[in-house]
Amino acid sequence: MAQKEILTYLIVFVSGGLLCALAEILIIKTKLTPARILVIFLIGGIILETVGLYKPLYKLCESGVSIPIVGFGASLAKGAINLAQEVGWIGAFAGGLKQTAYGIGAAVVASYLVTLLFSPKSK
Amino acid sequence: MSDNLSPKEEARNTRYAEYVNAVSPQNNARKSIFHSFWIGGLTCSIAQAVGDLYAIFMPQLSKDMIASLTSMTIIAIAILFTGLGFFDAIARVGGAGSFLPITGFANAMASASMEFKTEGLIMGTSVKLFSVVGPVVVNGIVWSTVAGIARYLIGVI
Amino acid sequence: MSVTLVHKSETNCNFAKNSTTIPNNNLRQSGRQTMVFENQPKVIGKMSIVGQKEGKGPMGQYFDKVLTDDKQGEKCFENSEIRMLTDAVKGATASAKLQIKDVNLLLSGDLLNQITSSSYVARNLGIPYIGVYSACSTMTACLAMGAALVNSGYCQTVACSTASHFATAERQFRYPLEYGCQRPPYAQWTVTGAGCSILSSQGNGPRITMATIGKVIDFGTNDLNNMGAAMAPAAMDTMLALFKENSLSPADFDLIITGDLGKLGSDILRDLMREQGYGLGRNYIDCGNMMYYNEQNCYQGGSGAACSASVFNSYILDKMEKGEYSKVAYLATGALMSTQSCYQGETIPCISHAVVIER
Repeated sequence: MAQKEILTYLIVFVSGGLLCALAEILIIKTKLTPARILVIFLIGGIILETVGLYKPLYKLCESGVSIPIVGFGASLAKGAINLAQEVGWIGAFAGGLKQTAYGIGAAVVASYLVTLLFSPKSK
Repeated sequence: MSDNLSPKEEARNTRYAEYVNAVSPQNNARKSIFHSFWIGGLTCSIAQAVGDLYAIFMPQLSKDMIASLTSMTIIAIAILFTGLGFFDAIARVGGAGSFLPITGFANAMASASMEFKTEGLIMGTSVKLFSVVGPVVVNGIVWSTVAGIARYLIGVI
Repeated sequence: MSVTLVHKSETNCNFAKNSTTIPNNNLRQSGRQTMVFENQPKVIGKMSIVGQKEGKGPMGQYFDKVLTDDKQGEKCFENSEIRMLTDAVKGATASAKLQIKDVNLLLSGDLLNQITSSSYVARNLGIPYIGVYSACSTMTACLAMGAALVNSGYCQTVACSTASHFATAERQFRYPLEYGCQRPPYAQWTVTGAGCSILSSQGNGPRITMATIGKVIDFGTNDLNNMGAAMAPAAMDTMLALFKENSLSPADFDLIITGDLGKLGSDILRDLMREQGYGLGRNYIDCGNMMYYNEQNCYQGGSGAACSASVFNSYILDKMEKGEYSKVAYLATGALMSTQSCYQGETIPCISHAVVIER
């Protein structure tokens, strides 16, 4: 049992690390801005989910793919696809946001809170 | 890109660009890729551990809910680090290792939010909150909608 | 006669000595960039203020005032910049043993949108004011214009000042302060600081003898992080104009300083000048390159309007007064892009103005 868990963590570490290393290589080699790289990986996640490759990947790597922005893209796509199947094509407009609303909501509220508490510092 | 460059000027610019490329120092690629790798990997492992803990202590929750709770926790931690002012120190070493995971998304939102506090909570913070993460949110919504409709249409046909 | 514009072929060397004997019939030669001041306005007062980080750098001991808190207890960094600039203008006026009301004109600029810092300073001081925007070359642009006004006799005393602040420039041109991003190793660090010089036709001090107004030079670079490489060609162009029009060479100066090219940019400038047949030797230094220690993680060095303004108004003028340098060429360089223009696919236009100061 413990051995299995160690293996899981090892896979998480390596797969998450490799994704980040790939992004860093893109930065160094192509001079793309971080914003563009994020969008590329995000759309990568959406495509993976749409063609059905994300699920097996997640089964294997777990947090290794779900924590990088790829996972965010996949969640958006998963939500949109599922709700579209459920309520018809109109569901595609709401599904993505519905699926990721926890994360976005937490980020907005937490950002607002730290803004009330802290100010940026000159470096 | 002005269109009225003479061929001579264009040749000069090309030559200068090649020269600048040759003399500008480059990041030690191996080192920065290595740092991205371990910081990115560590972030994902911590998230995995948080998720596992939630699963142990709150077994009644669904898998989806645990995943959501995990990202919320990681986001909250990253935003707290941003507020305390040491996220950017980690990011300077971590590079893609800190901005590709959800922590980067959280940091980008919180940093913009804090930065524009001086213009007020309504006209500053609220207006500029998405100024850095905007591309991710907008592209995410647009392309996931496209994906949802595409899969729906394929299903119908 | 006010500003003496000189025909290229009329001069041979050591221009300052000859400047009063130049015949007046060749004054307005078209295309000439150098103004020669026959009345030689004097720098009678100066003040430099820098932030904490700069105070810990190699130049730290020379500055008049080092801030202990970059925010100075103000509610935003913009206010801190305004206060810094106000203090610099007041301090420089005091060091010239004058009062603020004795200043005929304030020429000032900074890096913020609509150069607000300078305008608010002028509002607080209540003196006539013209805002100048020339990015990081604002100090030499102000000095050149101020010297021309004093030389012509329209003004007796002109204050030339500029300021920049890391935190305000960062927000203006890059990302929020707490945003985590990596900079490439050829990036530079905006100097927090302010500098002010008081020019006057009366009194004693180093004299401004010439000023060369630069052209906007664009060698087609578009990397916002690599300012040194973008600005070096502008410095080269102005330096060549200064040398060629006045038959000068680097050896005629005790010191040639550029503003904020940084380590990479100043090396590029050396290469560019060598290609043109001028070797820049040990008498060439760059203020950005001198501003920080390597351990301070400032990549290629300092940048920003205050970078050269603070060094000029402390180290350089001090050493000139002590007699260590008697003839200095000061070329500040500026990049004239905006964040919009770069996203619209434009390249980075740059400018450099030169002033020659003699003891």
